[in-house]
Amino acid sequence: MGMTEAILLTIATAATPLLIAAIGELVVERSGVLNLGVEGMMVMGAVGGFVVASLTGNPWIGVLAAIALGVLTSLLFAFLTISLAANQVATGLSLTILGLGASSLMGEKFVGQAGKKLGNLDLPVLSDIPLIGPLIFGQDPIFYISIALVIGVSWFLFRTRAGLTLRSIGNNHHSAHALGIPVLRYRYLAVMFGGACAGLAGGHLSLVYTPQWVENMTAGRGWIALALVVFASWRPARVLAGAYLFGAVSIGQLHAQALGIAVPSQLLTALPFLATIVVLVLISQNVRATLINTPAMLGRPFVPDR
Amino acid sequence: MKKLLIGLAGVAAMSLGMAASAMAEDPMKVCFVYVGSKTDGGWTQAHDIGRQELQAHFGDKIETPYIENVAEGPQAEGVIERFARSGCELIFTTSFGFMDQTMAVAERFPDVKFEHATGYKTAENVTSYNSRFYQGRYILGQIAASVSEKGVAGYIASFPIPEVVQGINAFVLGAQSVDPDFKLKVVWVNTWFDAGKEADAAKALIDQGVDILTQHTDSTAPMQVAAERGIKAFGQASDMIAAGPETQLTAIVDTWGAYYIKRVQDVMDGTWESQSTWDGLAEGILEMAPYTNMPEDVKAMAEATEAAIISGELKPFTGPVKKQDGTVWLEEGEVAEDGELLGLGFYVEGVDDKLPQ
Repeated sequence: MGMTEAILLTIATAATPLLIAAIGELVVERSGVLNLGVEGMMVMGAVGGFVVASLTGNPWIGVLAAIALGVLTSLLFAFLTISLAANQVATGLSLTILGLGASSLMGEKFVGQAGKKLGNLDLPVLSDIPLIGPLIFGQDPIFYISIALVIGVSWFLFRTRAGLTLRSIGNNHHSAHALGIPVLRYRYLAVMFGGACAGLAGGHLSLVYTPQWVENMTAGRGWIALALVVFASWRPARVLAGAYLFGAVSIGQLHAQALGIAVPSQLLTALPFLATIVVLVLISQNVRATLINTPAMLGRPFVPDR
Repeated sequence: MKKLLIGLAGVAAMSLGMAASAMAEDPMKVCFVYVGSKTDGGWTQAHDIGRQELQAHFGDKIETPYIENVAEGPQAEGVIERFARSGCELIFTTSFGFMDQTMAVAERFPDVKFEHATGYKTAENVTSYNSRFYQGRYILGQIAASVSEKGVAGYIASFPIPEVVQGINAFVLGAQSVDPDFKLKVVWVNTWFDAGKEADAAKALIDQGVDILTQHTDSTAPMQVAAERGIKAFGQASDMIAAGPETQLTAIVDTWGAYYIKRVQDVMDGTWESQSTWDGLAEGILEMAPYTNMPEDVKAMAEATEAAIISGELKPFTGPVKKQDGTVWLEEGEVAEDGELLGLGFYVEGVDDKLPQ
């Protein structure tokens, strides 16, 4: 395996959890809900995936558990912010803190244990083609799920009636409600989808990326995913580009260092966030484009008047 | 018989204590501030094992409360202060980044004694204690240069502080003592603990052709990656053999227990004094994990070096040593002074990296 393939594979592994978590949060935010608890749901997914995989010995059941735990955590958020119309920012932040605490409690007995790794795809002949073989036919299964998710979400949001409805709720929940659309039900489903994605992203961390459980192992990746959604101005394809750009920057800087090229690594660590700020400044220049893509109701609770 | 003696001694000590003052009835509170989780498999776990040994040694004569996951920087001050207020007589703050916060709280609580790990500041009631990790890293360097086929090792580094720079330099000097052309690639990850990032750094280094990996970060992820890719690696702070049974050559294991017991005894005896302790392999504050996965002759060499360091015959930072820019740092036979090592901010010749400022 050549160096180029090796680097590209590492980038794909680094980008996949960011991409999955961000694509889930994109759907949530398109419905007008801002869930800052991505980090918390992700870390719950990571611990759930690891614990169940090591108890059952089957990493695939671990993946399902990761998704289930992400959904469960998100339901707590959904109940508080959608049913009880609690403040979304405060609830999301506390969801992150809760997730970090609860996950370290759940995983205490499992720290330092050898994990079950989800194997890479290995097709005869195809996986052995130089360069494209390992990249297209030889990755871990969650990589393929992440690509399918981007295509699926893109198709759903912009090519289906339900997607149109979801976006309309995000843009004006009062009008949608007046038209008889069940705003709260849509939002519940969107938040649960976001939770499932964050959980899966966490499962990728503890079952593929580094098959082990350590406290706080998401290490801020949930926040990068949140930044990515804004960076992508709520467009799925741009989330894909952004996640791979962030992955490439973080892996590229490691390689640059190993080659002895003097780059200030502290600066590169901050780069994803700097890029988000720059993009925010740029998109705020174009008011029209901003208005088209930003869900107007983002973060505002909706209480239907009956 | 032994148990009985210990029991009798305990009773005697307790009755003496009661006679001395009413305060001795309450167990003495010895408190610990941790930067990571006590089960991190590395740095903090090593301190927690020391705390458990301390607790076991003194039994119910002491209490050892601890707080995990305290972030370095201003937030730590609140945690340390809370401990000082809650009646802790002796507080161990176990990370470099707690230094200024420890000093600040110590000034406000002159009756409480503080011990800060791996820093360089002291006060009337603040001791600084450290371990000469670099002695172990010199041995790692020798092993790396003997075992490596490609002649280049990868080093995952956390932050450019003197302790880490010492480690890199000692590793290179050890390696050069075996193979003068040995190369070292360094990657800075700017974190003590981020399994994903450490794994990425390990992969990047391996992709660039290193066949030995060593780390100055605390998770076992690099060991796991090394095992997956079939190269050899060294553990850090704790024995990481479980993460790589076929991979770990040895590990630098921090053993703080004996030091903690001694210092608590000093407080009980009223002989505690502020000092600046910097112990090493000889005093048993660090140990080498069993030498595994290497040929017998390499193992014999490592053991000989370890013995020479313990006897004081070998000091890793002994001239002639040149700085990275080619100027002379240590003349032939000159040994680096502790003061200079504690503020070390440059590489020696042979490191393929520019030190971040």
